[in-house]
This record gives sequence, C-alpha cells and structure tokens, in this order.
Amino acid sequence: MVRITLIIAAMLFMALFLVFPLAVVFSEALSAGLGSYLSSIADPNVTSAIELTLIIAVIAVPANLIFGVCASWCIARFDFVGRNLLITLIDLPFSISPVIAGLLEVLLFGLNGLLGNWLSNNNIQIIFALPGMVIATIFVTFPFVAREVIPLAQEQGNDEEEAAVTLGASGLQIFWRVSLPKLRWGLFYGVLLCNARAMGEFGAVSVVSGKVFGETDTLSLAVESLYESYEIQAAFAVASLLAMLALVTLVLKSALEWWHREELHAVRRKKAA
Amino acid sequence: MSTEITISHVARSFGGHTVLDNVTLTVQPGELLALLGPSGSGKTTLLRLIAGLDQPDRGNIIIGDFDATARKPKERGVGFVFQHYALFRHMTVFENIAFALRIRKTPKAEVKMRVEELLSLIQLETLAGRYPAQLSGGQRQRVALARALASQPRVLLLDEPFGALDAVVRRDLRRWLRQLHEVQKITTIFVTHDQEEAFDLADRVVIMNAGKICQEGTPIDIYQSPANVFVHEFLGESNQLPCHINGHAVQADAGFALGEANAPDGPARAFIRPHHVLPLLNQRGAWGISRIAATGAQARVSVTRNGTTLEAAMTADALLESGLGADMAVDVIFTGGTIFRPDGSGPVRLGALKPALAQLRK
Repeated sequence: MVRITLIIAAMLFMALFLVFPLAVVFSEALSAGLGSYLSSIADPNVTSAIELTLIIAVIAVPANLIFGVCASWCIARFDFVGRNLLITLIDLPFSISPVIAGLLEVLLFGLNGLLGNWLSNNNIQIIFALPGMVIATIFVTFPFVAREVIPLAQEQGNDEEEAAVTLGASGLQIFWRVSLPKLRWGLFYGVLLCNARAMGEFGAVSVVSGKVFGETDTLSLAVESLYESYEIQAAFAVASLLAMLALVTLVLKSALEWWHREELHAVRRKKAA
Repeated sequence: MSTEITISHVARSFGGHTVLDNVTLTVQPGELLALLGPSGSGKTTLLRLIAGLDQPDRGNIIIGDFDATARKPKERGVGFVFQHYALFRHMTVFENIAFALRIRKTPKAEVKMRVEELLSLIQLETLAGRYPAQLSGGQRQRVALARALASQPRVLLLDEPFGALDAVVRRDLRRWLRQLHEVQKITTIFVTHDQEEAFDLADRVVIMNAGKICQEGTPIDIYQSPANVFVHEFLGESNQLPCHINGHAVQADAGFALGEANAPDGPARAFIRPHHVLPLLNQRGAWGISRIAATGAQARVSVTRNGTTLEAAMTADALLESGLGADMAVDVIFTGGTIFRPDGSGPVRLGALKPALAQLRK
C-alpha cells in the first residue's frame, strides 16, 4: 500500500513538473499549425541562433573533454601539492550563479574591465561577441566531464596501465588503447550532459552576449527575445527545439546503454560482487 | 633458450623506508623460483624491479646477456602477471591476449593464430568473446597468464598469482602452472606469502624478510634446516622451549629432557614442530592429555606437565591406533627439532635420546 502510494506520488510529481510543461511547449509551438511552426524556425534570426548555439557547443564541449581527461589523468595518477584544491576548484562553477560568472567576465574583458584597454587597442572583441559567449559557456560547463571521469579514474586505479607497460606499450599507446577506452563511459555521459548544458545555457551567456537578435542570440536567448516581443508562438517553437535537444540526449544515452548492455551488465555485476 | 637472471646488490627505499636492502640473487635458466615472505618483506618490490616497473636506487639486474637495469620494460622480454589480474576491462579475452602483439604491429593472421594457440593452452577457446568481468577468478588468472605469454617473454614474473582465488581453484591452477612450466621451461619467478604454495610449486624457494634474503634453497633443505628463527617460525607453528645444553644433553628449563644436540654448553631455545612431539601411553607418565581435536586426516593432541603445554600432531589414523584419550597420562618423546643459540650462530639439529628411541622401537 505504502509502495503504491509512493509510486503514484512520484508519478504525479513527474507529470506535473516535467511532462506537463513539456507538453505545453509543443502544443503552444504547434498552436498555429505546422506551417507557421516551420516558418518561425526558418526565420533567418532563428537559424542564425541555431548556428551560433552549435558553434559554441562545438568549441566548448571538446575543450571541456580535453580538460576533463587531463584533470582526471593527473588527479588519479599523481599525488601533488594542491590536488585537493584542484578537485574543489573544479566544482566552483556549480556553486557560482551563471549570471555572476558572466559579470566576472565583463569585469575582466569589458571595455572598462581589467584587460579592456589592451583588448580594444589590439582590436580584439570578446564581450558582446562569440569569444565571450564561448568562454562563458566553458566556464559554466567546466565541471561536467571532469566530475564524471575523476571518480571513475580513481576507482579504476593504475593497474591496467602498468600491465600495458609490461606488455611493451609506449606512453601514447597506453593512453589511446587503455586509459581513454576504460574511461569512455564516464567521458560519454560527461560529454552528453556538457553538451545539453552548453546548448541550453542562459544566464552567463545572456550577460556577455549583448543580445543582438539575429547576431549574438543563442537558442535560449532567442526564446527570451521572441517572448519579449510578444511572438509567443515563435518563442515556443524555438523552445521546442531545446526541448527536443533534451529528449535526443536522453534517447542517445539510453541507446548507447542498450548497445553496450553486455559490457555494462558485466561491469555492474562485478561491482555488486 | 632459457634465460638466467642475476640480481646484484639491489637496494630500494620509499620515502626513507628501506624496502630492499642489498639483495643479491641468481635465478637459474628455466628455473621455477618462489619468493616467499610476509607482506612488507620486499618480495613484490623485487619482482617489480625485475620487470622494470620500478627502478632500483642501487645495484644491477642482468637478464640473460644484457644489463637490464636502465632498460625500459618493453626491452626486457618480461611477462608479468598481476595479483589482481589487471586485465583490460574494455577488451574481450581475445583482445586482451592479442594486446602485446597488436602494439608490435604483428600481421593480423599471425595474431589470430598465436591468440588461438594461447586460448587452447589455457583451455578457454569458447570464451574468446567474453569480457573480463564475465569470467571467474580462475579464468581471469589464466587469461592474464596467456596475455603475458603472448609476446614470448624470456622471463615470466607472477605476483601472488593465486592470492585471490579459493582453495580448490588455487590447487588446480597450481598444478596446471607446474605442467605448463614443464613444457615451456621459461625462467619463472613467483611471489607468494603462502608457504605451502611455494614449496609445492617451486624448484627453489627464496625466503625474504624486512628487505633481505633470509635463506634460499630447495623446499626440503629449507624445511629441514631453517637458517634462523624467523624462517623456522614462518614455515609453520612450533613449540618453543627455553633450554640449556650441557654436554650435548638438551634439558628444557621447565625440567624435562628434550634430546641431544652437538653444540657447546649454554642457554638456547628449542623449536619443536608438533609432528616431532610424540605422546606415548604410560599410566605412570609425567604428562597429561589436556585436549584432543581431529580435523579430518590430521589430529592434534595437547599435552601438559607442570603448567607447560605442548602441541603434538599426528594423523587421525595414528591417533586411533595409539589409543590416546582425554585426561590420560602419557610420556612424551621428541623425535626432532632445532636448537637456536642466543648468539645467533647456526642452528643445530635436535636428536632424539637413545633410550627414547629404544622405547619407540618396542
């Protein structure tokens, strides 16, 4: 009885806070018919927002991936001064409001900022342009890959690398054939989460973008721009793209788990034993 | 074909703590050698130094005809089997075994041939597509061995190869490894803390303690004449008795005769293994039986006299035949033992007293 009540409560909660809003997004987006849905997405301002969002993700996610692998490599393999500090610092973006992160960037790179003078003298624009938005996104998504990979690397230890050494592998061979593949599940989840966040990020990017619709608007910023100019249906159409991104992320994650279920089950069984 | 290993004056310390202290050892070509010692004795460190996983602070390691001390692991021709297998978890059994060949850019057809050959050697042909996590402990250990053998190493090093396995699998695998060694004759060193394992498997045993080699020799030599108190204690339990030697007669300080020993007069300690303590029924005997316990084929009898208790061991059959029972009075005869003198000079064998022997023959 208790079990059924709890299950129903959880389901109701999910419906109310997740399924219902999602349904609203799609029903509002399609409220004026499929034709006008497609035309609001085909709007040049919106396509430019899609493009910008993809560019940011394509830069930010690999940067994050490389950093995550490096960080987990040194944290799991070496004991150095400042190791714990590094682990703590990686989490910093989680505890700082994205808006503050954006503001920090303005204070640093903005016209009146610390480096502002030097940057404008050298004709480098960071704030209100793509570089600033990329930096803001990297900052916010900083912990995603590292947080997934570090515990995994620590748990797995160094044995397999040592085995590879005795089998005659060079440092690079060990990295590509042993260290990287054995972390691939963590890397994979990290990249998925990082990508979803990079594409959906609002606060930090909003501060540094300047929000020029059609130029420095990402998808999530475009939703706001459209909504504020009372283009409700178009705003929901763009929002539905972001919602679909979330769904695709989930489906991808499940699909990959399913494809590699044998290996995953084996690993889980081993953990349980 | 077989390779000799010479380790001379090797030392290694970690953060001021000496783990290996001037170790010198020669491993004969084709020999199966056990490094036996308690944990922390430096045996695994020595194995890692031979493999090149670690560098000695001082000393040389010569493998075959070249000085390997400064060489990288891959130049040493060494196969290493880790205590916890360290199989590549993201690779199938086949790919695990093929690893050493793949990184040497061996042609595909040759890799397939060699791996299949090794799979049949370890009798796991049907499991080539499995992942390590889907195998039992014994199977994983065999895969680890096949993986180490793939590149045809000149030397095989095994770190506690059976440590994580249950007793039955351990015994099977031990026998299998012995057979494999008979066929392949690769110079092999294995590390263990299990005396039975070392004695059962190895041609020669090296006993280590606190970073030093205490004794090396064949299992029988070491068991019959342990070099010092540590080795004697490490090789199994014994009754320890303070005693005095007086004109070759050894008298326990507790007030009974132990036997004869060819040693100068003075105080000493006698170490007597339980199977060298023989209780004999005698209604006027000075000893009493305080406890009898039979554990399968073996039986243990505790005998007490004036507060001194000794442990005796015999086969369960011998116990039945002897007619011994709880609280009976007995005589005790010592059929062997080892005397260690406080100055640390070489151990002396304890011989049974002649009258006692005569009594035995009756």
